[in-house]
Amino acid sequence: MPEDLINSFMTGPDETGRFGQFGGRFVSETLMPLILDLEAEYEKAKTDQNFWDEMDFLWKHYVGRPSPLYFAERLTERLGGAKIYMKRDELNHTGAHKINNVLGQIILARRMGKTRIIAETGAGQHGVATATVCAKFGLKCIVYMGAHDVERQKPNVFRMKLLGADVVPVTSGRGTLKDAMNDALRDWVTNVRDTFYCIGTVAGPHPYPAMVRDFQAIIGKEAKVQMQEAEGRLPDTIIAAIGGGSNAMGLFYPFLDDKDVSIIGVEAGGKGVNDKMEHCASLTGGRPGVLHGNRTYLLQDDDGQILEGFSISAGLDYPGIGPEHSWLHDIGRAQYVSITDVEALDAFKLCCETEGIIPALEPSHALAHVAKIAPDLPSDHIICMNMCGRGDKDIFTVAKALGWDMAEAD
Amino acid sequence: MTRIDAKFASLKANGKKAFVAYVMAGDPDYETSLEIVKGLPGAGVDVIELGLPFTDPMADGATIQLAGQRALAQGQTLVKTLELARRFRETDDTTPIVLMGYYNPIFSHGVDRFLNDAKAAGIDGLIVVDLPPEEDDELCRPAQAAGLNFIRLATPTTDEKRLPKVLQNTSGFVYYVSITGITGAANAVATDVGPEVARIKSATDLPVIVGFGIKTPEASQKIAGVADGAVVGSAIVDLIGQGKSPAQVLAFVKTLSDGAHAA
Repeated sequence: MPEDLINSFMTGPDETGRFGQFGGRFVSETLMPLILDLEAEYEKAKTDQNFWDEMDFLWKHYVGRPSPLYFAERLTERLGGAKIYMKRDELNHTGAHKINNVLGQIILARRMGKTRIIAETGAGQHGVATATVCAKFGLKCIVYMGAHDVERQKPNVFRMKLLGADVVPVTSGRGTLKDAMNDALRDWVTNVRDTFYCIGTVAGPHPYPAMVRDFQAIIGKEAKVQMQEAEGRLPDTIIAAIGGGSNAMGLFYPFLDDKDVSIIGVEAGGKGVNDKMEHCASLTGGRPGVLHGNRTYLLQDDDGQILEGFSISAGLDYPGIGPEHSWLHDIGRAQYVSITDVEALDAFKLCCETEGIIPALEPSHALAHVAKIAPDLPSDHIICMNMCGRGDKDIFTVAKALGWDMAEAD
Repeated sequence: MTRIDAKFASLKANGKKAFVAYVMAGDPDYETSLEIVKGLPGAGVDVIELGLPFTDPMADGATIQLAGQRALAQGQTLVKTLELARRFRETDDTTPIVLMGYYNPIFSHGVDRFLNDAKAAGIDGLIVVDLPPEEDDELCRPAQAAGLNFIRLATPTTDEKRLPKVLQNTSGFVYYVSITGITGAANAVATDVGPEVARIKSATDLPVIVGFGIKTPEASQKIAGVADGAVVGSAIVDLIGQGKSPAQVLAFVKTLSDGAHAA
């Protein structure tokens, strides 16, 4: 579809939950009535001023929004090209963008009279955000987390437990994020009456991809206003990291119709996008398929069996991607690239040293791409990248990768 | 008329309930699986549900997921699953085979190509767990047009308002899921299931078969007694997982089918 024939990129999804061929509602019959209920409730909330008033109040007083838009001066100097801004969503309560969405879903759950909240988590950021908001509202919270991730994200597991959540280590399949999502769906299918499934990314059956995007779009809306204040114009390029793709969709969505703004999503290239599939780059290295309720690009073999991704970042370690990204990729409105573990680690160190900000490994991927392209761009080219999470949770992983012995270091 | 329609017509004529058995294709390996499948009609199975392995079976419990993993580890694929059905058909041309699984392997193979290949292999119907009526254009309508039955799941959450939508493009039989939950988990209770089956039967002329949570010959008999038949999957697959021989597995299947047929 040529770009000039489309009036707006912001009208999706259609009534079947599709962005082009992507999205949809590929769930078992048991869940279908629940998803229709949720859709109806969300449609009501979307146009209810009371709902948004409550969101705005909590975003401001509980999360700490708006997050700053920060000019990374020394990083800009070091790279010697484009002017680099960071949208500081790592400064949110709980340390990542995840809480933007969780607040919305939990308020919806309360409106629907649900008392039991379930969630899946990879790096643990979505689990921590969900446990946090559940604690605030006194709701029971169960978080499904791959056994492998429980091991490599111990600080977040402890945080969730402190917040009163039950963390269930998932050993089915290979015990990763996709298996955690399978087990969350199994829980939901079993506990249909009182349970709300709080999905952490812009994936899953309709209406989740659209709903999560709408809650995360606060990132891009703020960035737009803040960029006008700082520079009197929009950025030339916006960049964000992608696992499922919620921080990226949140930044991108309000800019989709600003056709002069180029949009770049950064997937996790792991050890490199090669035949051995040691990466999580669904768009670069996958093909369309159906998993977890939606059609999207997936890492899969010739038989349609789902492959495990590989990344140093647990938050990007998912074999799929939100369906709206798949659509934006196919129509060419956004460009998707991949960054390897090694490149992300270099960017992690660069950010610590030049800006005094310890980034999470997820946005380190976005930063690595910034570091790749900025030097060749003119100094009046403005880049806005989404610093979607802070790196405290990752220090053990990074220490190990850099050969640092934490036990001796203290 | 498909083999499924013919089978249910003949059961009805004889006043008998149906016994449906589920096994995963290629579990524990291709040849053993074929031997078990070939023995099912002799063990009293009226309809075979042949599981199509998938890495992420979201509506299934651990038993079926592990069966899929065993099959995949032995190199089972969609193509080999259809091949297994074709080899079964060399010895049996009347027992219906319903292929049961998830959409992605089918979508990956290509819907039109899959329907041709499935038909040629002697598959009679499809149960695709993650294709609700809202996604009928994907596979349900093309399958019906190709002469395959598309069997839908109805569940305890399928209320009066939704039931007509679920029944609309269903053919062959209706599979009533006895519990809210995954396969092999809770026990189906005949006193709960009976009224639900009656509710569905008042809205359709299709046979209503009940599955999920049926594990013993007694349960098979009780559930078949309040429906047109019963499905057992996980309890059979469990034995295969324990490494029991085809003869041992089939002997257990016989006790289950005797249960249903006594209803």
